[in-house]
Amino acid sequence: MKKAIVTVVGKDTVGIISSVSGVLSENNVNILDISQTILDGMFTMMMIVDVENIKVGFAQLSDVMSQLGAKIGVDIRIQLEEIFEAMHRI
Amino acid sequence: MINKGEAYETLHMIENEHLDVRTITMGISLLDCIDSSAQKACERIYDKITKKAEKLVKTGEDIEKDFGIPIINKRVSVTPMALVAGASDADNYVMFAKTMDKAAKEVGVNFIGGFSALVQKGFAKGDKILIDSIPQALAETDIVCSSVNVGSTKAGINMDAVRLMGEVIKKSADLTKASDGFGCAKLVVFANAVEDNPFMAGAFHGVGEADCVINVGVSGPGVVKCALEKVKGADFGTVAETIKKTAFKVTRMGQLVAREASQRLGVPFGIVDLSLAPTPAVGDSVAYILEEMGLEKCGTHGTTAALALLNDAVKKGGVFASSSVGGLSGAFIPVSEDAGMISAASIGALSLEKLEAMTCVCSVGLDMIVIPGDTTASTISAIIADEAAIGMINNKTTAVRIIPAPGKKVGDVVEFGGLLGTGPVMKVSEFSSEEFIARGGRIPAPIHSLRN
Repeated sequence: MKKAIVTVVGKDTVGIISSVSGVLSENNVNILDISQTILDGMFTMMMIVDVENIKVGFAQLSDVMSQLGAKIGVDIRIQLEEIFEAMHRI
Repeated sequence: MINKGEAYETLHMIENEHLDVRTITMGISLLDCIDSSAQKACERIYDKITKKAEKLVKTGEDIEKDFGIPIINKRVSVTPMALVAGASDADNYVMFAKTMDKAAKEVGVNFIGGFSALVQKGFAKGDKILIDSIPQALAETDIVCSSVNVGSTKAGINMDAVRLMGEVIKKSADLTKASDGFGCAKLVVFANAVEDNPFMAGAFHGVGEADCVINVGVSGPGVVKCALEKVKGADFGTVAETIKKTAFKVTRMGQLVAREASQRLGVPFGIVDLSLAPTPAVGDSVAYILEEMGLEKCGTHGTTAALALLNDAVKKGGVFASSSVGGLSGAFIPVSEDAGMISAASIGALSLEKLEAMTCVCSVGLDMIVIPGDTTASTISAIIADEAAIGMINNKTTAVRIIPAPGKKVGDVVEFGGLLGTGPVMKVSEFSSEEFIARGGRIPAPIHSLRN
């Protein structure tokens, strides 16, 4: 398994989770965990996903996600989990 | 498992606090390119650099995408060129600089360092020719950086080299007059130069290094500043702890990038350099960290103490986060590259004398300082001698990267653009050091150099 973390931050609107998970599923990304809250009117979501068997390269997936973000008006990032592990775990 | 708070903290550092990896620098040894024919040596140099660094930029970009962390620069450093070119028949080394320039452009890096000579104790044949070639080399190439080590704690200070470098800096400024003496921004005069520094303009690949290594320089003044905002008014123990924790996180990220780059390129990992390197972007300033500690303006009384605390805490926080720490590791104080320093120098809060004091406790030295164009070579040499003396006595690296901008006077401002920023012209002493510099010879190594 190769884990990555998807973060979505932006103004809350209808269908954010649906469109994000839709694009993830199209690219064969398996969602392992989702947590989501509304903080001061801002939609914030973190997903832990498995990108082991993705259909495209990771860089391309990252572009697709940010394009989707631009389309629905939120900021979407996908990053390999190691960056967070490195920074927050010894 | 990573929790949401941690994920957002990392994101916030990257998006709002300018957290980035400042540079992945590939060090390449050119010792096997030596040839008695300069032409042949240049061909070998070109081939080796373009072959070794072929995938450097692409790999850097891939890592950037995978981890979502900006990697600002990809660079190459090579063996001090005086050692390589010294074996050749050439009596001018500009062609070697041009070869470096061409190879670096071919692989797509934004700077290549190592047009360098190590002359702390004396000149070998190649050293003298290289130093004489520097002004023309810097004027006729775009991305070649040059450095000369003129002193060390072990060897003392080569005052002949100090004198020469004053003249070289003047000439470099003159030959790049059209761009306000930009050539000088690519030239560093060192004492106690380190062999694994990934930062420009002073990077070179030391002779004690492996054939090819990856060194990474992290950054993050903005992150430290933001962390300190949260402990307003707390005592210095808390300030130091906060900086240490932040430096730890930043360095862990650098370590990860270094390990990945090394793995993907099949090149051994050298060091992570834990430096707080500012950029002219607002919020990415070392001066603002010092001001956050309670100074009205960087350069006022207390600045040296604040910088000493910062420099030490950065090291302490970072050293545990990486398997191998090296390079310069500390806080940089380049004036033109730091929004807070630019502002402090412009209003007269920060003087050259105060900067000199600050270099006693920061990780390098007088960096990116613009001085009047009519400053004499001997005054520049004397500034270098002072810096080298600080380095020699205190067992630390010091450096001078100073730009006597042609035609500019105190109060003028010079625009270098990009990461090199904007430099207000700073005042130098009007009294002469001419006779002092004319003496030449060597300032002997201090007593504490005899440690065996």
